Amino acid sequence: MSAAALERAKQILGTAVRSTHDKCGDETLVVDATTIRDTMKALRDDSELKMNFLVDLTCVDYLGNEPRFEVVYHLRSMTTGARLRVKAPLAEPADGSSPEIDSLVPLWRGANWFEREVFDMYGVKFRGHPDLRRILMYPEFVGYPMRKDYPKERRQPLVRRTPDEA
Amino acid sequence: MGLEFYTSKLGDAVNWARKYSLFQYPFVTACCGMEFMALWGPKYDVARFGAEFPRFSPRQADLLIIVGTITERQGPVLRRVYEQMCEPKWTVAFGVCASTGGFYQNYSVMPGADQCIPIDVYIPGCPPRPEQVLDALQLLQDKIQKGEGYIQKRERAEHEAVKAGKLKVVG
Repeated sequence: MSAAALERAKQILGTAVRSTHDKCGDETLVVDATTIRDTMKALRDDSELKMNFLVDLTCVDYLGNEPRFEVVYHLRSMTTGARLRVKAPLAEPADGSSPEIDSLVPLWRGANWFEREVFDMYGVKFRGHPDLRRILMYPEFVGYPMRKDYPKERRQPLVRRTPDEA
Repeated sequence: MGLEFYTSKLGDAVNWARKYSLFQYPFVTACCGMEFMALWGPKYDVARFGAEFPRFSPRQADLLIIVGTITERQGPVLRRVYEQMCEPKWTVAFGVCASTGGFYQNYSVMPGADQCIPIDVYIPGCPPRPEQVLDALQLLQDKIQKGEGYIQKRERAEHEAVKAGKLKVVG
């Protein structure tokens, strides 16, 4: 079921697809990050695929690898039941600023909070997101805790006991 | 009453009354809450110790039970809840997360609720058995009777300071 979807996706996406695999039945496409919105729109709107449900959107930090980040999308077709995983490798800019990728909020409103979480945890910026703020951590928080180079011991307390209470 | 309060037998009588009518405010944040509910059921029956009645406003409670993991983001909330409670008040850290942060050693979890408010009794366990909680409650009652709760000790120190002329009562 999903194998056919993978074939179809390869067909309609053409050069945007960098590689594919189907290890353990997880049909996966690795695609170009710069055209991610067009790619996802094509998968969603294709009359055969109908990948109309964005199941999950997350990110992986492969510290030491190049490109460092990978934004991962999980799609499912509510019509055919097929599933696809789409990965978009994302390099960290040389000046250490946040990597950027297009937001999928215009395609799926449900992407809103997913993207805020990825921004909060990994510092990936989503171009065109309507409200890109931290979602889990507090605004005073500095850094991105799920990045592999965030120090394990680092604490950023909001409140502590006053010395006279000790 | 003032200064003689804690030095007289009246203090003992008041503490005796306090320890058998604890009104608790459960600050429940995590899975420990399930075990905490068992405590209220007929099997373990915390009512036997005069502490069965939960208050869902900290302003009407004198025992704050912190049940579950406290994150750094919850710190100001917990602090505010604690400050809203009228004195004398006591606190219990229920379970290993509230006591020390437990097995969470990461960016988001406060390493023990005692980082932001004073705690009188710590209950270990993940989650603690209801028997442990009853034990802790009795321990707290002993503390209250002896006047060894954090707030009681602070109050006493303040009275001593006033007596010694180091602290002035204004207003």
